[in-house]
This record gives sequence, structure tokens and C-alpha cells, in this order.
Amino acid sequence: MASRAARDWRHGTRFAVVFLAPAMLLYTVFMVWPLVDSVRLSFFTANDSGVRRFVGLANYLTLFTNSLWSDRLYGALRNNIVFFLIHILVQNPVALLLAALLSRHRLRLRAVYRAVIFLPVLLSQVIVGFIWQLILNPLWGVSQRILGLIGLTHLYQPWLGLDRSALIALSLISVWQWVGLPMILFYTAMLAVPEELIEAAKLDGAGEIRIFLRIKLPLILPMIGLVTLLTFIANFNAFDLVYITQGLLGGPDYSTDLLGVFFYRTFFGQQLQLGSATMGATVASVILAIILLGVAAYRLLWQRRVTAYEL
Amino acid sequence: MRRRLDPGGLAAHAILILYCILVLYPVALVVLNSFKQRRAIFNTPLALPNPRTFSLAGYQTVLLRGEFPRYFLNSFVLTAAALAIILLLGAMAAHALVEFRFRGRATTTLYLALGMMLPVRLGTISLVGLIAGLGLTNSLSGLVIVYAAQGIPISTLILTEFFRQLPSDLKDAARIDGASEYRIFFRLVLPLARPAMGTVAVFSLIPIWNDLWFPLVLAPAEATRTVTLGAQQFLGEFSSDWNALLAALSTAALPIFGLYLIFSRQMIRGLTAGAVK
Repeated sequence: MASRAARDWRHGTRFAVVFLAPAMLLYTVFMVWPLVDSVRLSFFTANDSGVRRFVGLANYLTLFTNSLWSDRLYGALRNNIVFFLIHILVQNPVALLLAALLSRHRLRLRAVYRAVIFLPVLLSQVIVGFIWQLILNPLWGVSQRILGLIGLTHLYQPWLGLDRSALIALSLISVWQWVGLPMILFYTAMLAVPEELIEAAKLDGAGEIRIFLRIKLPLILPMIGLVTLLTFIANFNAFDLVYITQGLLGGPDYSTDLLGVFFYRTFFGQQLQLGSATMGATVASVILAIILLGVAAYRLLWQRRVTAYEL
Repeated sequence: MRRRLDPGGLAAHAILILYCILVLYPVALVVLNSFKQRRAIFNTPLALPNPRTFSLAGYQTVLLRGEFPRYFLNSFVLTAAALAIILLLGAMAAHALVEFRFRGRATTTLYLALGMMLPVRLGTISLVGLIAGLGLTNSLSGLVIVYAAQGIPISTLILTEFFRQLPSDLKDAARIDGASEYRIFFRLVLPLARPAMGTVAVFSLIPIWNDLWFPLVLAPAEATRTVTLGAQQFLGEFSSDWNALLAALSTAALPIFGLYLIFSRQMIRGLTAGAVK
């Protein structure tokens, strides 16, 4: 029985293919395939004439155990973890505070505040990196002068140039740039909290801080999780800011070397070391695995535990 | 109506104003000093430019030694072309996902959603080979293809959400009148999707315009440099000419400021979609 439904289904499929094909083709060939192919490449090695040979896990073995590689890998991984932790510890609380203030009832100038805080998100990391590099530069002396205005000149250090503070300074610059994004997302989530809930709490005599901690915060917890995941993904393939302010070696003394920078160096080479496509692919695959682990942890550990309250 | 003094409100404004200063001051410092003579930049960096310290020397260097008009043109062409592809193909795919029932629809959506999580950057090594194989190294077309591919998942998914809310009466009426599926899409759905496409455009535009990685890797040649890469190279080259540094930074940021002044409401409204206040 060639039912009408079956005919419609076939009809629908034909148009679906026509409308979907261009997008799927472009996406598959230029985004999914390169990722898959990079992972494939990580199991090969190339000789001087470019002939590739399958070597199984040998590249990974080299990367994890040969100290020429592993020192840099573990160094970059450690820096990346610190970079991420600073983001989470500073970016999320600051964004939460700003969002909570912005979502106050009848706040004047709300649109202005929102727009200003969001502005750095739109600037390229090249511009942000250079602006802060100039401002922290001891040659210009702006930071000393500003600290001088509040009598704290003696606190000044060339933070980006010292190996114990460079990574922290860089993380904070990155937070400065991106905080507007989580702020807007938290703010939106807070607006979705029903007004009656807050009114009821007020009638029961709850103060503003208590309302925030007991009502708003639990309700926007799912959004905090999502922001943390997105930050994780962005942090673990960060490159621009380090490349611009600290150079390809993640100086001083590799103290700001991140996985994305290590990846670039491995592929393109630097100074005397030649680049290697297959080792580069291996580093890329390791980063990909870390990101996928992060996504999996989010889905399994976080999303399952945190209840999304139906409002 | 008398306004009562609200200590909580005052504290909120105080914190927000302080934070806004933290955001604006570094940017303002760079822009203001770009209009000063070299000596004033160093001697009185915190002062506003005045008739005695005013100078456009930095901008002269930027104009004479940099190729910023070309960089802007490259970035503009590249972003516009990529956006056009992202919007058209994204809308077509979204239309297919909403309008037609077919086997594998859920899988297709999931497959696209995956693309929002994975950074394309990690596929760079194969992408370099692919683009070189097509003869598109150091061409804007190569970059356009990569950005379009990377922008398609989010554009498709946002537009899918939007198309779902469109009433189907109009489309059904057109079908009864004998309009083809293509006509329905191009004449009916696309015009209705304009606001949603505006949101997608604004969001897809910024990462493309600001990207440093792919221009650096796929199109580093002088002729195809984008603003972001061009500014980075210029700033590296003139690292000891402070007038030029400050002027180049201000110049490179200018289009973003302009765009933001025009579109900030749409952008933030896009992000806060659904919430009203």
C-alpha cells in the first residue's frame, strides 16, 4: 500500500537533501574532516621526503615520555590548568556580581553599564593584548603613575615580564576581556527568575544577599555550569593572547606557554627546531581529547547532579 | 514622587561605575595618547591631549607605512562573503530541519551541535593541506570557506529555533496555491527570517573579523592580510615607535567601536533573547 504518508516522506527527504546538502557538505569537508584527519595523522610519521608511515602510538609515546617533548607538554598543561582556574575563580564571581547588580529592580543606566562592560568582548585579542602590554610596560610608566595616585607605587612590578607573575597577569587580562559574556548570560538567567518568588521571599523578610544566595544562585546554577564548560573549551585552545604579548615561546622561561601555543610551535617549528605535521597532529589530538574529557565530565558529573528547576 | 535614598542602590551604582572605569580607562588611555606628541605620551600619559601636546604623528606613520585601508578592505570582503554563505546555507539547512520529516533528522541536528563544541583550530594541520590542495593558500577565498564551515552549526541551530516559531499556515497556503518548495523558502521564509538572521550575523561577524589564527596560518601574505593580522604585524614591526603603536591600535579598534555604537542594542538583545526587562 503506497500510502500518502510514505509518498510525503520520500518527497520530504528529497527536499531535505537539497536544502541540507550545501551546509552539511561545507561543514563536513572543512570542519569535521580536518579534525578527524588530524587524529588519523597522529598515528603516522613522515620521513624527510614526506613519505608517511604508520607508527601506531609511537608519536604519543614520544610526546609523553621523551623529555624534549614531555617537559613542554606537561609545562603547557600545568599552565593551562592554572589559566583555567584563574578564569573560573575570578571571571565567574565577578560576572555574577555584575549580573546581580544589573538585574536589580528599576536600576537606572542599566543599558549603559551593560554596553560598557560588554565592549572588550568585541575587541580582538591583538588589540586587548597590546593595550595591556603597553599599560603594564615599565617604559611607559602608566601603571606606576596610576598606582601612585592611590599611594601604592611601590607595589608596581613589570608583571608580564616576571616568570612568577606573567601567567597570572595574562589570565587576568583575558578575564578582563571576556567577563562581559558570562555577565550577560548570568544576567539573562536571572531575569528569568519569577518576580513572585522574589516578592514572596521579601515578604518573609529575606534581605537582598539572602535572596541572591538562596533563590537566584541555585536557579542559575545550570548557566554557571555551561559558562564554565565554554570557558574550559576556549581556555584549552587559547593562543592569541600569549602569542601577542609573550611570543611563541610563552616567555619568560615558558611560564605562559599554553597548549595552543605549544601546538603552533610543534607544527610550524620555531627558531632552530623544524616543524612536524605528524607531531603537531599528535599535540592537537591530545588537546582534543582533553576538551572531549571536559565535555564528558560536564555531561556526566555536572548535568546529572544539578537539577534544572522548571520555572 | 519623592525618591527615597536607597543605600543598596547607591552601592550598586558605585560598584558598576568602578567596573566601567576599569573597562574604559585602559582603552581611553591608548586612544587619548595616540593624539599626543611623543614627549607628552611619556611625560604626562594621564593628561588629555591639549593644543600644545596634540600631534597626529602616529597616524601619519600608520597611513604612510601601514596598509590599513587594504587590511580593512580584506577584512570587510572576507567577513561579508563568509556571512552571506553562513546565513544562506544555515537558513536552508534550518528550513530543511524544521519543514521536512526525514530519517536521520535528530542525528543531523546532533552532528551539527557537535560543531559548536569542537574548536576547528585543532584541525589546522589537515586544513592547511586541504586549502593548499585547492590552490587557495594566501587567498581570501580559502579563509571564507573555513569561516563559513565554522559558522554553519551555530547559524543553523539558531535559525532552526526561530523557524520553529513561524506559523505554518502561510507556507501551507502557498503550497495549496502550487508554489514550489524553493519559492516558499526564498519568497516566504527568508524575508520572515530577517530579524533572526540579523542576530546570527552580528554574532558570526565578530569572531571572523577578530580572528588571528587562520589569517596567520592560511593567508599570511601582505596582499591578503586582514585587519587583525595586519595590526599584529604592524605593531610588532613598530614596537619602539609609541606614536605609531597607539595610533595603530586606535585605528584597528575603530570599526568595532563604530559597529558597536550602531548595533550594541541588537547584540545584547540577541544574547538576552526571551528575557524582558
